[in-house]
Amino acid sequence: MKKLINASENVVDEALAGMLAAHPGYIRLEEPNIVVRKDAPKDGKVGVISGGGSGHEPMHGGFVGMGMLDAACPGAVFTSPVPDQMLAATKAVDGGAGVLHIVKNYTGDIMNFELAAEMARDEGLQVSAVVIADDVAVKDSLYTAGRRGVGGTVLAEKIVGAAAEAGADLETVTALCQKVQDNVRSMGMALTSCTVPAAGNPTFEIADDEMEIGVGIHGEPGRSRTKLASADEITELLATPILDDLPFEQGDSVLAFVNGLGGTPLIELYIVFNKLRQLCAARGVTITRSLVGSYITSLDMAGCSITLLRLDDELTRYWDAPVNTPALRWGV
Amino acid sequence: MSSSGHITVDDVRAWISEAARVMRENKEYLTQLDSAIGDADHGINMDRGFQAIVAKLPTLPADDVGALLKAAGTTLISTVGGASGPLYGSFFRELGASLGGKSEVDVTELATALDAGIGKIRALGKAEPGDKTMLEALLPAQAALRGAADAGASPADALRAAADAAAEGMTATVPLVARKGRASYLGDRSAGHQDPGATSTHLLLKAAADAWSQA
Repeated sequence: MKKLINASENVVDEALAGMLAAHPGYIRLEEPNIVVRKDAPKDGKVGVISGGGSGHEPMHGGFVGMGMLDAACPGAVFTSPVPDQMLAATKAVDGGAGVLHIVKNYTGDIMNFELAAEMARDEGLQVSAVVIADDVAVKDSLYTAGRRGVGGTVLAEKIVGAAAEAGADLETVTALCQKVQDNVRSMGMALTSCTVPAAGNPTFEIADDEMEIGVGIHGEPGRSRTKLASADEITELLATPILDDLPFEQGDSVLAFVNGLGGTPLIELYIVFNKLRQLCAARGVTITRSLVGSYITSLDMAGCSITLLRLDDELTRYWDAPVNTPALRWGV
Repeated sequence: MSSSGHITVDDVRAWISEAARVMRENKEYLTQLDSAIGDADHGINMDRGFQAIVAKLPTLPADDVGALLKAAGTTLISTVGGASGPLYGSFFRELGASLGGKSEVDVTELATALDAGIGKIRALGKAEPGDKTMLEALLPAQAALRGAADAGASPADALRAAADAAAEGMTATVPLVARKGRASYLGDRSAGHQDPGATSTHLLLKAAADAWSQA
């Protein structure tokens, strides 16, 4: 599988150095491998951090800046970062008003963030954490590791970041993050797997006329494999369980996020959005805000995910608020 | 081994070095297993963690088995990431806490330490037998090690029994449907594949058996 890399073991370090070189006005890099908002800590402002395996760019490092994250902790590709990173990030962004950890629901992420939070609290820092678990493809039961944290994470980071920027306190920011989690649902599909640099081959093989439904963002197989369908049929396969799960109801306003997993062009994402709008309208659900693009990726996986967030005035206001990061920028 | 056949700090170092060698040797294999029901990073992560411990060995405690194991665990937590880092790292830290202050340990003390280490993994990961995790290899190993300790076996023989039991448990993961970790997202599709975590556990125990058979 062709990749645009040098030595596979240097992928993360070289990418981070490149990010810093490309966005020196936004971020700084600190040990041990954390991306920090250039002007952090901001006195009196709640710090907001997240992190996860590398390979999902621009998430999370690309979201560091005004109105979104104060720091991001990148692990090895598809590997949860280590507690040392989150501890350092917490300290780097602590402005005396506490720090919120936005944690995607994966076994490793949860454990490493918890270890870090313990260490931070031992040092007298005020830390709260909210888990994002928005993937409806996984049944949340005693028989699974729980729903994966996927597209909803991007929306949470933006909305929560705006509230923190506006001066909200830790309790408010934490409750707001939980509100996003409670109102957001996602599902993804893949046309191909992806190739982890060190592995050198796609994580799974799939025929030209097949697709995986219910995939996450780490290249693992999904819930089921079926014959390739049209974009409209695929959109319906993803949107229906999302709409049914919350459930989204007649009269709801939503933010619709059609996300590319890295290997799918924007033109195709817009085709999906076209059908999504129709499906929502058929249910009396109005799309009042949108986000289309590759924001939470799985290296070079071809495919997409859909995320719907039920909006109210507060969530809409924070979504609209100015943001200035390498990957998301408006109102400035 | 000490003159009385007890496990010394040097024996633990030999175990760690052998474990690192074995993790490197099996990096592709573990990656392959983790590609079938995971995200293809287990081999890379375990290799990184054990290489990091080996790099630190010259500076780690030389006269305290427990302190050495605890430092090894801390290194794993700081370098491995994922779920394996906290799980294996905390496991080693707990082994270390159990054996702290000792310059040599016997098989019975090791078995008790293993009990504590497994308890920590269970508390952290909340897995149950049958969930298709590293526990499928660890629990049979625990029983075998305790049995060997009670029978007065040498460290090498005791770890051989533990490693062999772990191997059986590892193989037994193949038909299981995963209920924990990334493999659980696959549901029934996780059946028919050997669990990567149970495999690295077997490799770890076999490394001790092999290292101490040469001691």
